Amino acid sequence: MLELTTTRHNPLIDPALHIWGWEIPVYLFLGGMVAGMMVFAGLAMLRTARGEDTRTFFSLQTPLLAFVLLNIGMLALLLDLAHPLYVWAIYITFEPLSPMAWGSWVLLIVYAILLVSALIRLPEAWPWLGRTVPWTARASDWFFNRPARMAALGWINIVFGIAVGVYTGILLNTMVARPLWNTAVLPVLFLVSGLSAAAAALHLAARVFGARPAPQGMLSGAIAALGQPLGPQAPAPHTAESLQRADVGLLAFELVLIFLLLLGLVTSSASHSAAAALLFGGQYALLFWIGVVALGIVVPLVMQLLEMSHRLPHTVVPAVLVLAGGFALRWVLVNAGQASAIVSAAAAR
Amino acid sequence: MARFGMVIDTAKCVGCMDCVVACQTENDVPHGYCRDWITTEVRGTFPNLAMEIRSERCNHCDNPPCVQCCPTGASHVEPLGKTVQVTSSRCIGCKACIASCPYGARYVHPKGYVDKCTFCLHRTRDGKDPACVSVCPTRCMAFGDLDDPKSAVSTLLASRKWHTLLPEAGTRPRVYYLT
Repeated sequence: MLELTTTRHNPLIDPALHIWGWEIPVYLFLGGMVAGMMVFAGLAMLRTARGEDTRTFFSLQTPLLAFVLLNIGMLALLLDLAHPLYVWAIYITFEPLSPMAWGSWVLLIVYAILLVSALIRLPEAWPWLGRTVPWTARASDWFFNRPARMAALGWINIVFGIAVGVYTGILLNTMVARPLWNTAVLPVLFLVSGLSAAAAALHLAARVFGARPAPQGMLSGAIAALGQPLGPQAPAPHTAESLQRADVGLLAFELVLIFLLLLGLVTSSASHSAAAALLFGGQYALLFWIGVVALGIVVPLVMQLLEMSHRLPHTVVPAVLVLAGGFALRWVLVNAGQASAIVSAAAAR
Repeated sequence: MARFGMVIDTAKCVGCMDCVVACQTENDVPHGYCRDWITTEVRGTFPNLAMEIRSERCNHCDNPPCVQCCPTGASHVEPLGKTVQVTSSRCIGCKACIASCPYGARYVHPKGYVDKCTFCLHRTRDGKDPACVSVCPTRCMAFGDLDDPKSAVSTLLASRKWHTLLPEAGTRPRVYYLT
């Protein structure tokens, strides 16, 4: 028998680590979704560069939505900081061993990429802007009419989208003292989950907003350009279906990754198998198995398969479930990860 | 260059918490927080019981995960004694270092930055012992240069049995406990 008593009583540390609340899961979820949107936007740009008419391919207009989502995520991140007035300290140095330093610098570049990418469809989606600030329309044409430029921007979007998606996982991955996060599967899982959430968000937008002409007014046009990622024309049916097909593949891949993550933890050291036990029982198990795995992955996977074979009418339900499941995944992993700790080998004596 | 470490004799420590109070006073630690603390470990089944009382703190690891993960360099290795320190005016309070520390040695100061044991840098600069070491009534703590074979800490480690906390974390901690 082993009995430990301690006089330590530091807030947020004792009796169990709980330094991160809702802000970090929100940031990781939105960051992952933005990463996925960048990859889909990049793929649409590559198709444009190949000469396909992708004006109706709504992924092309998501950089604006992604920009807004990223700002919400960054606001959550800022709210989490305990010393927020010193946030500039990140940008007067570069710490090569810190994933957070890499992420911070990458996000600066991502902001620029999203703004430039958003410009491509903005004068069309927000006609007031195209009329009032004519150079935006010229800048848009400068990209859109030159396949080489579209291809370059597409690849930049894909590369940095993957970088952001992977970074959200590496951020947790490198915390030595939290065995639940010490798995190289985590960055890949977060990337795939981010792609899946992005596909679901685009699919949801396609269903909810449908095709409407872009409003001519200043404010109405701006709001429509944000919430109507489809652009002025109706999307070709095959683009929505290809998103759904992509999501089915991504969800299936997520299941494999979760299996590998658990398998890796269970078969690893005592600390890691104890961390896995946090997901198999206790306060996080229900949300993990019902919220993340069943409702967030398996149910939408099956529903979308049935929708694709026309045995179930198309609804927004799978997309909503995928988004909720994506957030639940971050919430469970951030919270259970904080509860996981290194198991002392000496305690087993 | 020196590599500061601490050696604590658990056979002498009675857990009086003088080190805890001395630290709080010396370093103006905010009320309700502590940079060092007492852990009492009892193992065995009655009547075969063994107890170890330890004064615990930041281990000023040779391989500190808290320094690696810091995005601003606020968490850094000080040239003097290779101790792990936090520059409060560079800390953004992201708490990554707290998550990465296996020892729970760090906390968020009410002013927003992350705080922890400094091995009393302001005292060791002048060649003095940290406050906790200097007040210990049983003289169970020794402080000094681990790289100097003639230092008090090195001779104790060479002549006695010792262990460190969570060596399996791979951080190579520098607070040693004599048994």
